[in-house]
Amino acid sequence: MSTQSAPRFSARVYVAGDNIDTDQIIPAQYLNLVPTNPEEYIKLGSYALSGLPDDCAPFVPPPGSKSPYGIVIAGRNFGCGSSREHAPVALGAAGVQAIVAESYARIFFRNAVATGECYPFETAVRLLDRFQTGDEAEIDMPGATLTNRRTGEVFKLQPLGAVGPVVAAGGIFAYARKTGMLQ
Amino acid sequence: MNGMTITEKILARHAGLDRVSPGENVWVEVDVLLTHDICGPGTIGVFRREFGPKARVWNREKVVIIPDHYIFTADELSHRNVDTLRQFTMEQELAYFYDPGTPNYRGVCHVALPEAGHVRPGEVIVGTDSHTCTHGALGAFATGIGNTDAGFVMGAGKILLKVPETMRFRFDGKAPDYIMGKDMILKVIGDIGFDGASYAAMEFTGTAIDALSIEGRMTICNMAIEAGGKNGIVAPDQKAVDYVRARTSKPFEVVTSDPDAKVVSDRVYDAATLEPCVAEPHLPSKYALARQRGDVKLDRAYIGSCTGGKIEDFVAAARVLKGRKVAIDTFLVPATCEVALALIKTTIDGQSLVEVFADAGCLDIAPPSCAACLGGPIDTFGRTHGNEVVISTTNRNFPGRMGSKQSSVYLASPLTVAASAITGRITDPREFLQ
Ligand code: SF4
Repeated sequence: MSTQSAPRFSARVYVAGDNIDTDQIIPAQYLNLVPTNPEEYIKLGSYALSGLPDDCAPFVPPPGSKSPYGIVIAGRNFGCGSSREHAPVALGAAGVQAIVAESYARIFFRNAVATGECYPFETAVRLLDRFQTGDEAEIDMPGATLTNRRTGEVFKLQPLGAVGPVVAAGGIFAYARKTGMLQ
Repeated sequence: MNGMTITEKILARHAGLDRVSPGENVWVEVDVLLTHDICGPGTIGVFRREFGPKARVWNREKVVIIPDHYIFTADELSHRNVDTLRQFTMEQELAYFYDPGTPNYRGVCHVALPEAGHVRPGEVIVGTDSHTCTHGALGAFATGIGNTDAGFVMGAGKILLKVPETMRFRFDGKAPDYIMGKDMILKVIGDIGFDGASYAAMEFTGTAIDALSIEGRMTICNMAIEAGGKNGIVAPDQKAVDYVRARTSKPFEVVTSDPDAKVVSDRVYDAATLEPCVAEPHLPSKYALARQRGDVKLDRAYIGSCTGGKIEDFVAAARVLKGRKVAIDTFLVPATCEVALALIKTTIDGQSLVEVFADAGCLDIAPPSCAACLGGPIDTFGRTHGNEVVISTTNRNFPGRMGSKQSSVYLASPLTVAASAITGRITDPREFLQ
């Protein structure tokens, strides 16, 4: 679980497009890796977003397993496609703390929360042309804002609501234990 | 008070409530948890980590494991994953495990699950695969979930679900015989968009849906997820009941929507006006008429998967291919062993489908599995490795879905794929059907 519960954090952003599907987040050939095996978890991180077209900047420059980008900025329908939990896991394993997208595919959103791998923020603003890959950004969780440090622009995020504490706890099981729902 | 939709009724019954409303979060009892070789080992990992190494699954007859994705490969991790499933099955004494390499092997989970009688009207089915929505074709509530949720279900037998709003799609009239379930669902996805049904239940009704076989309805419900739907569903009729009765003696209850149930949208199509179509790269929502894309030259044709690898799909392809020759490499992958057997037994004018395809010059029929539908390990049958242009009966055409990021995939019905295989360019099957 890569998330941290600090109320605000800064990271470099990686800008992806609309309809980033799970095959682009983690190509099918790596689905033989099992997320709950610690070594394979790290490997999944090294392949995060490796299915993006070749003219995109590498998300995890080889031979590393961590990405220099801790925030992914995307358009509509992020995580569409398969139910593979390998997708939020690969992003979390690569060091992604948050995704900020206009909308998510249902299963990806739920998997991101259930695993506690990364915060899936939604925003009503189209951010694809307001950020460049490599910009430094700050997310303020209580204030629900995203700041582009390069331009100084501040964008409103939709509050995470009930989902926030689940991710902060490290996923649905950890949350259920913490709150006494599960022994 | 309004009535309830079929989806609401099933969820209410499984939550022990008289009624539920869209948006409400309810804990529902699960009838079947489906998993496979891609997500099974991770689900087992979550289950063991969270419930302890000695934990037992909540019900040994309700966890159904169907390995299907990475079966015919030399990849060692893939073999290790199937071994994990084998070991877990023994340890937990699971009743249903369709083990590759044994007579129990079945093939692609979404065709195998109903074939083996695990899908029954009115039930709640969750699976670690987004196309679990296929099973709404028999009037069940069925949806895809991730490993963590599935690990929870494995231990607790329950899942917290948000009751979806229902979008209704009605196909009136009679579909011409060159129109298949695939053309109907691609039309819907093209109209509402790739996220047009996000979080919603997609309910399919109308005379043209009634006229479809169970397999045709499966094709439609299978692709509900391609519009972001939570589930696809068709109210069970006598055809559905007969299909289920022929495969299981377990009891079930038929549930249908109340006439006054509230839906958020109601789209009506005249089935008679539908035309054969394709979804262009790289989204299932990029709808185009087959007859208008004759300019697209193809390198391969692919018939297979849970969407387009059922026996009805091969019969349709054979109708077009009989007595003709394909112009491009044509890959055939039956979804399950039952389909593979039916390819031998089903005949057209005294010729078996296997012979029809061989005479047409198709590649040798592959053993049943997901194969190149999702790319898979490098040695997967039919996987793309370069800039191939493929026409396929599968359900997704995202970049890299069939292997290579440079390849492009057009989705179409088996009739359209077969017609296109003959000409080597996208072709409306009416050119070959009288
Ligand atoms: S055939 Fe394709 S879509 Fe169906 S379960 Fe297999 S990989 Fe998924």
